[in-house]
Amino acid sequence: MEPINAIVALMNFVVIPATAYGAQLALGALGVTLVYGILRFSNFAHGDSMAFGAMATILFTWGLQALGISLGPIPTALLALPAGIIVTALFLLGTDRVVYRFYRRQKANPVILVIVSIGVMFIYNGVVRLIVGPGDQFFDDGARFIFTVRDFQAWTGLDEGFGLRTSQAITLITAVIVVAALFWFLNRTRTGKSMRAFSDNEDLALLSGINPERVVAVTWVIVAALATLAGVLYGLDKSFKPFTYFQLLLPIFAAAIVGGLGSPVGAIAGGFVIAFSEVTITYAWKRVLAYAMPDSLEPSNLVQLLSTDYKFAVSFMILVVVLLFRPTGLFKGKSV
Amino acid sequence: MKHLLATTAAAATLIAGAAFAQSGTDPVKMGVLLSFTGPIESLSPAMASGAEMAISEASGNENFMGGTSIEPVRADATCVDAAAATAAAERMITSDGVTAIMGADCSGVTTAVLSNVAVPNGVAMISPAATSPALSSAEDNGLFFRTAPSDARQGEVMANILIEEGIEEVAVTYTNNDYGNGFADAFIASYEDQGGTVTLSASHEDGKGDYSAEVGALASAGGDALVVLGYVDQGGAGIIQSALDTGAFDTFAFGDGMIGDSLTERFGQSIEGSIGTAPGGENEGADMFQTMADEAGIDGTSVYAGESYDAAALLVLAMAQAESASAGDYAGEIMGIANEPGEKIYPGELAKALQIIADGGEVDYEGATGVEFVEPGEAAGSYAEFRVQDGALEVIGYR
Repeated sequence: MEPINAIVALMNFVVIPATAYGAQLALGALGVTLVYGILRFSNFAHGDSMAFGAMATILFTWGLQALGISLGPIPTALLALPAGIIVTALFLLGTDRVVYRFYRRQKANPVILVIVSIGVMFIYNGVVRLIVGPGDQFFDDGARFIFTVRDFQAWTGLDEGFGLRTSQAITLITAVIVVAALFWFLNRTRTGKSMRAFSDNEDLALLSGINPERVVAVTWVIVAALATLAGVLYGLDKSFKPFTYFQLLLPIFAAAIVGGLGSPVGAIAGGFVIAFSEVTITYAWKRVLAYAMPDSLEPSNLVQLLSTDYKFAVSFMILVVVLLFRPTGLFKGKSV
Repeated sequence: MKHLLATTAAAATLIAGAAFAQSGTDPVKMGVLLSFTGPIESLSPAMASGAEMAISEASGNENFMGGTSIEPVRADATCVDAAAATAAAERMITSDGVTAIMGADCSGVTTAVLSNVAVPNGVAMISPAATSPALSSAEDNGLFFRTAPSDARQGEVMANILIEEGIEEVAVTYTNNDYGNGFADAFIASYEDQGGTVTLSASHEDGKGDYSAEVGALASAGGDALVVLGYVDQGGAGIIQSALDTGAFDTFAFGDGMIGDSLTERFGQSIEGSIGTAPGGENEGADMFQTMADEAGIDGTSVYAGESYDAAALLVLAMAQAESASAGDYAGEIMGIANEPGEKIYPGELAKALQIIADGGEVDYEGATGVEFVEPGEAAGSYAEFRVQDGALEVIGYR
């Protein structure tokens, strides 16, 4: 039974949380990488776009809850998602119209656009706080767990157990569906192909008659959908607080860069690499090793590589290592 | 507006009192050094008004150094800028001529003012709000006192409760700032002294969304309970949520920052049986202070307003006892006034206390917060013990 206990403990504290976190990072990184690939700048406002999307969805969720509409065990927020995505898409398109288009017409240097996006980030930040306030907001309802640690222990009779939260399962399922849909869109549809062409070579794309404004608009809509999804899933799984989205920017960028900026596959891989390294490097392995190893070898200390204080530093370290040895990222994105 | 009027009225009374006393001796000046700007600026107005209430109560009393009046002198301690606080305190002493300081408030600036200004100039200070355990061992030449208890005391109280409950192995997580660090150190030292084992002490950052890594490490270290010394509206709640979700811990011990209604609103039954501590005690003075504050148009429930009243009152009574406004004379009297023996003095009874002192009797100042000083001159600290019962926080006793 001992090795099974080790695996179960590992599932509970490492595999499940890191997978859910990785999926959320991957969705965020996909948005960053699309903007980078097609609009050619690093969008620092992405974290706060996620916050805005989540906020819009929360407002609709509250409305639905007030009307007494629910999905049973599934969070009502999923029902409010489409409305949240539409509002966010309009908001991002509006921003593009008012801010980014001006610089795009001037053929501004990407560095200028990056600085502009930082300004946009602060404004989004302020808008979200003005609307819902800076505090924690709760909007998850339905069943919290699919099965709990206690249930699992009762079924199996093991000492260890793992639980699966509804939000974690939903995160994974949604992430898989969204990623599949995005790839189908980019590879199979005419609009998707025109976006890829625009990303690969802007001049050739323009010559072949692709309408650049349309490509830009479609990109923002997709980015809004991805940001809203990532924001809502993160908020459902953890809690919604505007400031945490601002902090998510670092791991999201790390994920996008590690995977290769501009490469959608890379963004997904990067998300999981960052999430798993953050959790495994700061995890204290004592409990797992105690089950996995013979009693005589049982570790006396915690077997923790890095204290959890350094969690964010892990993203940085991976970022530096990747940039040093593979500047284009794991999946051959554009060099930064 | 009401507040402004009240302050103006109080100031007018003071000026009138001062004018009256001018015929006799020069007024005694007392510094009110609080953080009127900065992170705790919302607390400072009520604290300053509390202190000034005590000052105006005693000012010009015939038993206070022959009817001498007392003038408060306000200055900004900023809470975070030690240089600005030091300069403000220096100016109070050298140009305004204060002989006692009611303040400062935040632990950091208080330490700076104490070592850079109060000790070199030989002026006593009583802080109403600095709780860092480090101040207990500061070099003060007997000039520093505080009416707020040290967090070290709370650590001890919590350790006692856990040991009495038979919980002898815990993991500790604390918020990564001076409060969390000092509190955790104090708790761990006391707990281990009493035979408890701390499996892991790990900090957490506030304001993050995800605490699964922190909880993973704490769970791996194990223990019968998780001691959470953080803030209930910040990372503390995230830690508890994650610990419950992963089934890592069911029993928790909470510091004062975690005691709040939002704790049980959010977790309710799932943290049944957990314990907590927060400053608080049974004393008659609190209600009396409340009534007085209401009459004066001050928010008496504001944190540390009562402590500020007590700090100023202690300085006044000590001066009366020593019949001198020089810290060299009166600082030694403060402990005696705060503690037994003597007649108990509650808020609003300063005139009575001054009368007793003039008649050669002894007073035991209780004040708004049940003042009881322990060496080296700080509030012993009375703490309420909480327990989560039926999904609500219940006070089950005081220690």
